Amino acid sequence: MDHSQLAATFNKDESRVTWHDETLWWVRQKRDKQAHQLPEWERLRETASRIKNNVLSNLSGYLEEFEANAIKNGITVHWAADGKEHNAIVHSILQKHGVNKIVKSKSMLTEECHLNEYLHQQGVEVIDTDLGEYIVQLAKEPPSHIVLPCIHKKKEDIGELFHQYLGTPEGNADPQFLTNAARLHLREKFLTRKIAITGVNFAVAETGEFVVCTNEGNADMGAHLSDVHIACMGLEKLIPKRKHLSVFLRLLTRSATGQPITTYSSHFKKPRKNQEMHIVLVDNGRSRQLGRPDFRNSLKCIRCGACMNTCPVYRRSGGHSYHNAIAGPIGSILAPNIDMKDYADLPFASTLCGSCSNVCPVKIDIHDQLYKWRQVLVKDGHASIVKKLGMKGMTFTLSHPAVFNFAGKAGRWVLKHTPFVVNNGFNPWFKQRDMPEPPKESFAEWYKKAVSNQQ
Amino acid sequence: MRVGLFIPCYVNQFYPQVGIATLQLLQKLGVEVVYPLNQTCCGQPMANSGFEHLTKGCNELFVDNFNEFEYIVCPSGSCTLHIKDHLHDERNEAAAIAVRGKVYELAEFLTDVLNVESLNAYFPHKVGFHQSCHGQRGLKLSQMTELVAEPFSKPEKLLRMVKGLEFVPLSRQDECCGFGGTFCVTEEAVSAKMGKDRVEDHLQHGAEFIAGGDMSCLMHMEGILKRQQSKVQVKHLAEILNA
Repeated sequence: MDHSQLAATFNKDESRVTWHDETLWWVRQKRDKQAHQLPEWERLRETASRIKNNVLSNLSGYLEEFEANAIKNGITVHWAADGKEHNAIVHSILQKHGVNKIVKSKSMLTEECHLNEYLHQQGVEVIDTDLGEYIVQLAKEPPSHIVLPCIHKKKEDIGELFHQYLGTPEGNADPQFLTNAARLHLREKFLTRKIAITGVNFAVAETGEFVVCTNEGNADMGAHLSDVHIACMGLEKLIPKRKHLSVFLRLLTRSATGQPITTYSSHFKKPRKNQEMHIVLVDNGRSRQLGRPDFRNSLKCIRCGACMNTCPVYRRSGGHSYHNAIAGPIGSILAPNIDMKDYADLPFASTLCGSCSNVCPVKIDIHDQLYKWRQVLVKDGHASIVKKLGMKGMTFTLSHPAVFNFAGKAGRWVLKHTPFVVNNGFNPWFKQRDMPEPPKESFAEWYKKAVSNQQ
Repeated sequence: MRVGLFIPCYVNQFYPQVGIATLQLLQKLGVEVVYPLNQTCCGQPMANSGFEHLTKGCNELFVDNFNEFEYIVCPSGSCTLHIKDHLHDERNEAAAIAVRGKVYELAEFLTDVLNVESLNAYFPHKVGFHQSCHGQRGLKLSQMTELVAEPFSKPEKLLRMVKGLEFVPLSRQDECCGFGGTFCVTEEAVSAKMGKDRVEDHLQHGAEFIAGGDMSCLMHMEGILKRQQSKVQVKHLAEILNA
């Protein structure tokens, strides 16, 4: 199913859509409040954008610098060309240690690579320790948002899930009670798992360290209690110097959830005594995207999710309608790079309102890229035949004034005299909206008369 | 001053009163206005659907129709933005670039070129103003709520010159109405929901009229208002400034 069909299904329960929209709008408002407290906000965005542009223009150099420094710190560095290689690398580390139960804190990269499914097939149990991810994992669903994975679920839905899987009392939907139930359950996992996977928010080329941001401290719990820490990151997560964190850490959570800073911004530089630390650097299409001049700067993304919270379409279609690990406007410009055919619908799931580009903390021109992807996808043959014929007809009409004037007149005549031709279930406009009243004459017709009356 | 009047195709066909109001308003302000009869469309419906490569005919027609004028004025932010961003002409690219530089949306033409400071207009009603995205975020007719920057609004400045008009504040100042060109039919469910939510914001704040600078957004909201059998009407900015 494509975005439009999945969105139509989501919209069958209108009051739930209203709730989803208002919940995310509240997050957008929290973001606005934080942003407006910093007079230097726009300068911060511009600075972050420039730092990331520099990274993208010198990516290979920064990657080599990072690798050399990480190795010096005692970290084992792996390179993965795609998701498949990434998954195999992670699995080989688990096999080496004879481990088949692990904990994982949030990593959108591992979602992108479908690591959980892969490891499950290999007989490995993965427990997601971010509360939101834990919830969607129990529900056997993918996250619907990169920062707020279970934002599509109401607290009553979560109470029901916990009753089913964790044995909490039926009908209890008290968030504090449910969080505590999850905490007790997860604590046992943290204490008994030997290997922990985390994502990476920022990797510092200058020092070979990486930073993981969480609100729950679950990355730290996992990493500090495990014998082996595996950090998985996309190539684009690099920043040149540690001082640049002072720009990105100020932007990240203000943009994401409207907090001044994440509760935990944890720096990992070298393994503890007797601990093993691995970093898996993953390409998975990033080099290809870097080679597309119109789309390369999508790689500046720091995964804050602000574009989702502000997107009027995302708020009313839900994250799952994007059928991709990363939903929303940013997902819609990243996904076609991975597979044009599978994700040809996503750049069209937008009104091009431009709000996404305005909230983006690294100033990605998201809505312009959506427009450009449309051109690429159509030229590459991903438009339906009906749409193509319609567009050619429209082009011919609009390129020939006489045809246009006749078609306009004919169209208005049809609307006036045979309204049933358009006012029916086959016209998607008419389903929830009335057609405009056809006027007796066009502006051009009126103008011609007005001019001849003057003469 | 000789101005070429650029009337969007759907306004020409469905909302002639908006074209008439624009023409009369400009004439009242002492501008000589000419409507080139061979104009059709800016080409945006094709381009936004991914068919920009089919807009050559539209583009050339546009350049031929409007090349001669000192200014080109259009009562639509969206069509104006499309010309500004995407007009090309292989036969004469310099002409296309010149046209892109002299096309103005109506409100910005009034505030920035004519420097209008007062208007003889009377509209004794409660009016909610819909910020159309392309005019606002594309042409920067008003400040955007996402940015940390000084607020301003060119259309609001003009509406405040209208006697009797009561400006209605909204909960969400600049949320998209969901029209989005072909989006309104290809993504019917989300589009209609966005439109209903936008209309509801105006209704809850007691608007008698929803005004805007783009008839496409207003057509979308009008369709919803009519389906709800609401008494609230839509009005283009030009109609109110000419009232």
